[in-house]
Amino acid sequence: MKIPVFRTALVATASFLPISLLLLIIFLAVYSWPAIQYNQFHFLWTNDWNLGNLYGNPVSVNGHQIMPGAKYGIWFLVVGTIASSVLAMLIAMPIAVGAAYFLSEGIRKTWAGPLSLFVDLLAAIPSVVYGLWGYALLVPLFGHSIFPFLAKTFSFIPFLNGEAGSGYGLLTSAFVLAVMIIPLISATLRESILMTEPALKEAGLSLGLNRLEVFWHIVLPKLRTVLIGVGILALGRALGETMAVLMVSGNALNYLPNNIYAPISTMAAFIASQLDSALQDPTNMAVEALSEIALVLLLITVVVNIAARMMLWMAKVR
Amino acid sequence: MAINVLEEQVLPKMSTPRKFKVSLWRRLMTVFATVIVTGSFVFLAAMFLSIIVDVLIHAWPALNIKLLTEITNGIGGGLKNAIEGSIIMSLGSLLLAAPIGISAGIYLSEHGHGNAGKLLRFLSDVLVGVPSIVLGYVGYITMVIYLGWQFSVAAGIITLTVMLLPYIARSTELALSNIPLSVREAGYGLGAGEGRIVFKILLPGAAPAIMTGLFYAVALSMGETAPLLYTAGWSNYMWTGKLTNEPIGYLTYVIWTFINEPFAESHMLAFAAAFLITAGVLMLILVGRWYMVRAQRRMGAYR
Repeated sequence: MKIPVFRTALVATASFLPISLLLLIIFLAVYSWPAIQYNQFHFLWTNDWNLGNLYGNPVSVNGHQIMPGAKYGIWFLVVGTIASSVLAMLIAMPIAVGAAYFLSEGIRKTWAGPLSLFVDLLAAIPSVVYGLWGYALLVPLFGHSIFPFLAKTFSFIPFLNGEAGSGYGLLTSAFVLAVMIIPLISATLRESILMTEPALKEAGLSLGLNRLEVFWHIVLPKLRTVLIGVGILALGRALGETMAVLMVSGNALNYLPNNIYAPISTMAAFIASQLDSALQDPTNMAVEALSEIALVLLLITVVVNIAARMMLWMAKVR
Repeated sequence: MAINVLEEQVLPKMSTPRKFKVSLWRRLMTVFATVIVTGSFVFLAAMFLSIIVDVLIHAWPALNIKLLTEITNGIGGGLKNAIEGSIIMSLGSLLLAAPIGISAGIYLSEHGHGNAGKLLRFLSDVLVGVPSIVLGYVGYITMVIYLGWQFSVAAGIITLTVMLLPYIARSTELALSNIPLSVREAGYGLGAGEGRIVFKILLPGAAPAIMTGLFYAVALSMGETAPLLYTAGWSNYMWTGKLTNEPIGYLTYVIWTFINEPFAESHMLAFAAAFLITAGVLMLILVGRWYMVRAQRRMGAYR
């Protein structure tokens, strides 16, 4: 039998992809194993991250060398990550659906091409530039005028009232995240709207509905699965976003936000900002605890992505 | 003739048809929805313009030849080393990722219909969703610490490569699967082997689309910061050509560290770096699009 050299080579190179995903998970799990053993599960829902006295002598707790007083709990990161991403989704979804309709059916075909390119370009802007924009333009603007105004106007709604803060915080992060994920959602949704059977739309039009009503009552319900799938995909992106959030979130430590203007921190931003100080820990437990955060973040995004891909596969969207 | 008769005889007798009246509520809702829909696009456009204009206005005073001829010092200077580093990192990761990604794409489109192919496609989709900071952290604990490479070009490039692989694989797969089956059958009918068909027929035919995917990939790798923070490190000097044990500078790092310095000069440099990187990324994407459109128009290439 002849060995299919070409095909074997293809399979070998192609298997780099799944192998690298598996290696990511394995390396993180192995490296953070001491931290996982030391922190147990209350790691996730206790709320104090404290590297301990870095100038003291390491003490041994349950067979693990740690610095005196060191505690690792990331509840504030869990809250910050989920709150900012969910808030970003709430802002992004309506705008993305509106923009997708506008680009696919609201304007003439000759205009749709260039304007869609423009939305694609928005998706391509590097995240650190979004962060810079948030830092230089949004934070002063929000902190000085918009947040105090919102807090005053909506003083009767919980989470919208109270201290207006400095501009760094949950709502600013969510806003920047929303601007980053709107192009992703609306690009896929636009494709799906264009792929819907014309017969459906024509049937609706012939009943006397106008185009917007056809979209709202017929096309959008049909694309429900796509919408949810793309939404979850964008949620995964928002959960893992680092640089933009790092620059506008205020980097709160051990602090739970009490309204939407309060400073927060997210898992990804925390990993990026804390490695330098974690490296000061001679027992290495701090670095391993950071690696445990990375593992938690990785597992969350993997689960979120699997859910999204399942939805999209069911809806037969590539 | 018949129509005239009809008009004379039938139509006058018919009462004027009852006018279909749209209720006020529906008209209000339509106006409301039109405003929302147009407003959401205007919102996106405003955000895009405000990012570009904000960066351009702040970067304008710093855009001079000094950026290209001087290296950074602690708070200011030029961006020569960072520009060099960004180009090295994205070209290096492209060199590594393109062959692997393209072969994975070939596998997915030619043999990816069984369960193994489905699994591979699924996993590469999941790999796209892995946060880039996690990739960077794994790069840090494996290459920087465990292999002892320190902050280095090699660690940065390999981390970026893992990030780019799924993008290149999926864009290649899409490009190849748009080539009709009959083209492959014609090749096999002439007695060509699989390798020959891929290299002589499929890849040339899909080249424009694959190239566009590669342009996107370079744009993506140029704009990344998080995976490089703890793999490539930062250096104020030019690269001396060592792959390991030597950190390297890159533009996106300048943006987020120099903006935190208290000096106006550093801020200007951060905005200048943001301008260069944004212009580079947008340019690459536009060139990729233009190349694709031109190829389609000129030789009717497959999309």
